[in-house]
Amino acid sequence: MPHDHHDHLSPSGHPYRPDDDHPLTYWQQMEIAVRELLIEKGVTTAAEINAQIDTMDARTPANGAAVVARAWTDPAFRDALLADASAATRDMGFDVGPMKLIALENTPTEHNVVVCTLCSCYPRNLLGLPPDWYKSRAYRSRTVKEPRKVLAEFGVTLPDTTTVRVHDSTADMRYVVIPARPEGTDGWSADDLAKLVTRDSMIGTGLPKSPDAA
Amino acid sequence: MSDRQYMRVRADMPPGHVRTPAYLRGKCGWVERTLGPFPNPEALAYGLQAQALPLMRMRFSMTEVWGAAAANPNDTIDAEIYSHWLEPAEAPHAP
Repeated sequence: MPHDHHDHLSPSGHPYRPDDDHPLTYWQQMEIAVRELLIEKGVTTAAEINAQIDTMDARTPANGAAVVARAWTDPAFRDALLADASAATRDMGFDVGPMKLIALENTPTEHNVVVCTLCSCYPRNLLGLPPDWYKSRAYRSRTVKEPRKVLAEFGVTLPDTTTVRVHDSTADMRYVVIPARPEGTDGWSADDLAKLVTRDSMIGTGLPKSPDAA
Repeated sequence: MSDRQYMRVRADMPPGHVRTPAYLRGKCGWVERTLGPFPNPEALAYGLQAQALPLMRMRFSMTEVWGAAAANPNDTIDAEIYSHWLEPAEAPHAP
């Protein structure tokens, strides 16, 4: 039966997803051409490019979680982080590179959230590659206009007494949010606290995990 | 609040690689902190000699940016604006 609707379902009972194997786009071809030329002319090597990809892939939100947990447990480090986050995180081995970093501390009266309306600027040294939603038009345009609605969709509902500060990462700075330390974690080690720090809590679209969930 | 240094973002729409978001052009905010100097990205993007300019972290009230549509007038938007995009301004009148 050629039109049997079962033809459209995989053996699992779900619809088949179309393969993502369209021809290369103009810019994909351009990237390959430039990369091959740079290698051919001896400007860089394939090994250097692979090493850089490995470096990028090795950076994860665990870097940022270590920074946040230390800020929660080491008041001198917290002060240094708020004064100059580039230097403080470089000292921990997380070099932000030519960009500069600003740490934004959440308090009972202030909640910070980070967006890049122009593109997808993100503190990659601390969080790795940005999630797809961070680069979406919806997140980029709505966060500056209706941040409370966007936060509520992420599950963060804030009282009117908390001021929301949106940070549009427009130029040379990168931003990391230092979420408030969860209640009920007195005496915890920095390593245990780091397990409560989520990627989204460092973007500002989430909160750290509750100690009961750890 | 009286210590605030208010500046207005120029309302221009020049072509090219500009790091001043369109939704903030013509809006009045206050200086949250001064950063840089950093090379002007509008020249840097084209491989030209880029002048190092102060970069201002400007803070805008939601009401200034979105008017009556702002959900909470106390909420703010911070953005980095290069100094050549800013001109001195009076504090905006309360809505």
